[in-house]
Amino acid sequence: MKSKKKTKVSERLRAWDQSSFDLTDALELNPPLPKAPTPEDRESLPVIDRIEARQFAGFRKIYPWLAGLLGLVMSAFLLLGVLKLPPYGAADNPPHNEVMDRYVGEGMHETGAVNTVAGVILDYRAFDTLGESHVLYTAAAAVLILLLSSSRKGEEPPELRRIMEDDPILRNTAKVVVPFVLLFGVYIILNGHLGPGGGFAGGAILGGGLILYAIAFGYESLERLINDRSYRVTIAACLCFYSAAKCYSFYCGANGLETIFSTGTPGAILSAGLILPLNVAVGLVVALTMYGFYSVFQRGRI
Amino acid sequence: MLDSLWNNRIPAAAVLLFAVGFTTLLLHRNLLKKIIGLNIMDTAAYLFLASLGYIAGRKPPIITDGNTDPAAYANPLPAGLVLTGIVVSVSVTALMLALTLRLYRRYHTLDLDKIYMMARDEQEDET
Amino acid sequence: MNALDVFQLMLLGLVVICGVSACLTKNLLVSLIIFMAYSVIMSVIWVLLEAPDLAVTEAAVGAGISSILLFLTLKKLQDIRKEVRDEKQEEDEGL
Repeated sequence: MKSKKKTKVSERLRAWDQSSFDLTDALELNPPLPKAPTPEDRESLPVIDRIEARQFAGFRKIYPWLAGLLGLVMSAFLLLGVLKLPPYGAADNPPHNEVMDRYVGEGMHETGAVNTVAGVILDYRAFDTLGESHVLYTAAAAVLILLLSSSRKGEEPPELRRIMEDDPILRNTAKVVVPFVLLFGVYIILNGHLGPGGGFAGGAILGGGLILYAIAFGYESLERLINDRSYRVTIAACLCFYSAAKCYSFYCGANGLETIFSTGTPGAILSAGLILPLNVAVGLVVALTMYGFYSVFQRGRI
Repeated sequence: MLDSLWNNRIPAAAVLLFAVGFTTLLLHRNLLKKIIGLNIMDTAAYLFLASLGYIAGRKPPIITDGNTDPAAYANPLPAGLVLTGIVVSVSVTALMLALTLRLYRRYHTLDLDKIYMMARDEQEDET
Repeated sequence: MNALDVFQLMLLGLVVICGVSACLTKNLLVSLIIFMAYSVIMSVIWVLLEAPDLAVTEAAVGAGISSILLFLTLKKLQDIRKEVRDEKQEEDEGL
């Protein structure tokens, strides 16, 4: 049986390599219902199946109590750990060491960002943020793969859409609110190095505004701006720009070279070197990804 | 003991929330409930991490008046780390929801045990 | 214990209650709404913890986008359920 399985796997791999692997068969609806296992093959079943086959009598009944007890024991142990922590909010706790002194004391001069958190995530620790952007992009790609192919016929029913678009309360509210939401998102993105916010928060707000617009007025008018092509091009361009900019600044910073991006006067809108363009790039990626999530979940395409 | 619990009230709440999320993961067989539980665990971990950066009586680390004395501001490092985590957790949530939709389209149930049984039966039919 | 401590304690209690009730509620829609409230309270707690960046991001991402995605999934599940029911009806009528 094992060799049989092996040949099957290798056959499948070959088929996948020749791209003749068709997943549409796996998508058929109405799978057959499970049948109860016969007594003779009960002994050979794995544990979870034997539980399902009622071999461990009463396990289902005591399972919730066991789970609750485990949760209680876990919280008790974690609380014991919390009791040994140094008092929260004290100035001489171990997290507040020389790293923090450096970030706060020198951050404004070295990165040009008034908001130290923006300086930390987009300059000192920009590698984290680069990886995070790629995580977001990979998640969006995986969601696209999972939901695009499955909904060939899964268009939104037209009558349902008409009801939503004709809702006067929603339309008039959206007419008033959407411009301000979009403006606020742009403000948060552009103001990332001067105050709270930055690319992620602003991008999420922009994406929320786009989603509200799509709910109230339908996709037709948005499709001229955001379609499959522009989505891919914009996200790829932003990520490439991000990677190139960070490669450049890591190379210059690590070698102590003079960079062509000066830090400017801290507090001015055009300051902080690369942080502002990076915030814009991250904001665009996040906004488009959030809108893409919505669109793919709602109707199966962007 | 109560005194040190009061001194660490935010980490204590974070730990409780973590246990609540963990118990939800164990107790519920509904996939959407499991996703909510995982999200609660996420936020609990972030709350714990962010509480480490708090210093009583200091301002948030935004230097508005040119005063760069580290003794005047809270710690910016945990906030930066948690900011990364929040966005990763929303990507993970979206991916889990997409997988849930696919599972529902195939098996017409959100119950993990039933899905497992059906998948195993299909596998047996294949071999 | 000043007023801010009381406020913080209230928020912590609310957040734990929201977490527990989001997990214990039977109705999925209700539990999603409670989860949304949980995110909003969490963002207020982050303002108290001197982390305004986190508060803005949590309010936009946790309470906004996550909840929208969860609601959409719930709606999509209902659509699939309806689709399956319609197909079954068509089959029955055909027979």
